Amino acid sequence: MRDHYDVLVIGAGPAGISAAQTAAAHGVSVGLLDAQPRPGGQVWRHDVQHPLPRSARTAMDHLRGVDFLAQHSVVATESAGLRLETPQGARLLSYGALVLATGARELLLPFPGWTLPGVTGAGGLQALAKQGWPVAGKRVVIGGSGPLLLAAADTLRKHGARVFGIYEQASASTVRSFAWQLRHWPARAWQAAGLRLRLAGIPYRLGSFVRKAHGDGSLQRVDIDTPHGVQTVECDLLAVGYGLVPNTELASLLGCALDHTDTHPRVRVDALFRTSVANVYAAGESCGIGGLSVARIEGAIAGHMAAGHIDDAGALLMQRDSERRFGALLAKHFALDPRLHRLADDLTLVCRCEDVRMGELTGFTDARAAKLITRCGMGACQGRICGTALAELGRFPRGGARPPIFPARLATLAGLANLPSDDAQRGS
Amino acid sequence: MSPRVRLTVNGHPVDVPAGASVAAAVAHVTLRFRRSVNDAPRAPLCGMGVCFECRVQVDGITHVRACMTPASEGMQVITDA
Ligand SMILES: Cc1cc2nc3c(=O)[nH]c(=O)nc-3n(C[C@H](O)[C@H](O)[C@H](O)COP(=O)(O)OP(=O)(O)OC[C@H]3O[C@@H](n4cnc5c(N)ncnc54)[C@H](O)[C@@H]3O)c2cc1C
Ligand code: FES
Repeated sequence: MRDHYDVLVIGAGPAGISAAQTAAAHGVSVGLLDAQPRPGGQVWRHDVQHPLPRSARTAMDHLRGVDFLAQHSVVATESAGLRLETPQGARLLSYGALVLATGARELLLPFPGWTLPGVTGAGGLQALAKQGWPVAGKRVVIGGSGPLLLAAADTLRKHGARVFGIYEQASASTVRSFAWQLRHWPARAWQAAGLRLRLAGIPYRLGSFVRKAHGDGSLQRVDIDTPHGVQTVECDLLAVGYGLVPNTELASLLGCALDHTDTHPRVRVDALFRTSVANVYAAGESCGIGGLSVARIEGAIAGHMAAGHIDDAGALLMQRDSERRFGALLAKHFALDPRLHRLADDLTLVCRCEDVRMGELTGFTDARAAKLITRCGMGACQGRICGTALAELGRFPRGGARPPIFPARLATLAGLANLPSDDAQRGS
Repeated sequence: MSPRVRLTVNGHPVDVPAGASVAAAVAHVTLRFRRSVNDAPRAPLCGMGVCFECRVQVDGITHVRACMTPASEGMQVITDA
């Protein structure tokens, strides 16, 4: 087993796959690792019932000359390389250049009842269904914001779910204006039209959001706020997601500067995808939400750069600029309605790991103080859910990443010099 | 017919398509994956390894994220709710 790669790529979504493939074509040794058991990332996640789109299969078939390291989670950084946890134990890998393609996660906001079994993210339920979660015949309500709700509905429908409705918080006028802007991206307009056609018969309600989930031990019904008043719907599963947030924890641990212009930070890169740390590049949604095409182009640019071929990288820049504008369009049109900030009341749990209620956070203005006193953000998810939600709700920004960035077994951590003692046994 | 794997969840036999996650297998038996610090039942939220709400015991190892673990033949899964 190698312990060094010329180019090591973290995250095997479209960006990472494209970076690995591009770098390998220059003849350097390339490792591509992911915490998941298979390559594909979010959008190309393996589906146990349905084949992936042809473009995804082609991209993965072209991973020749690349070592794919499955179920490898980066948990910490060391001077000699990255500390990884695998089902077989710990590993240390060193690299010449690093490409961070850690992608994005869903923005999940607290509301009364959101901890009931049966309530998931929207992309979350989509991911679970692709991996065999039984949804056939189940009554599903989808809520939140952005085009991911439609993609999730499509997957769930294909898996036999009875999707009762898609409740988009953005207003009818903003969604119409978004659809009109799509004409500048014909491929996407075409995709969107196809999706709408496949989802014909499923109500798509705008200016509507899930206010509350009810159930005794598990989900039974939801209250939905619509422009025409509150509606109550009986259902088995509720899938709610408010868009995507870049995964920046690893970049932050490596010392890469983050861009804090928006509520949720992203990895700061220059025009050629160099981070602020030498020999560390970043691409895809960790650098900002932009979707599949951006991820693939940026991955290719970062792959050329990491392999030392700057001219090849520059040639792709124009193409990606057009695609990035699409990301900006999304952010503008699916901005969250301020009413969503008031969904959680004082009794609503915010930190699901430590069962901290919203009311307990009154008066705190920074994440660290809140964590020390209430334990909010202290649990296994390390604030990825509650810290991100609190930042979105305007309470306080998320605290910085500290090792290990995922809870790790003590054996993995043995010998790590830079481990803060209060975090040593997190998640165990 | 695609290949399937057989495992047990809390002693109940379950079979799922090859490539399915432990989370999917558990969901065939119960939606109660773990108990929160205040004893409330919890189930997967994010489906992608971030929230840690799906933790179960797999072949004696505790705190395994069910959504990140492929189901395999003969696996013994135990929930805590
Ligand atoms: C739940 C979800 C569902 C989505 N569904 C769709 C869809 O149906 N259609 C669509 O067009 N877009 C979808 N998206 C948007 C999607 O994120 C992008 O289109 C695209 O997948 C971004 O590619 P990427 O390569 O930048 O990142 P991703 O695809 O997110 O890949 C990042 C990869 O990095 C890995 N990773 C992160 N941190 C670490 C670490 N520390 N150690 C090891 N591995 C790590 C992750 O496991 C992941 O596989 C979805 C997003 C989410 C979050
Ligand atoms: S469902 Fe969130 S980590 Fe498994």
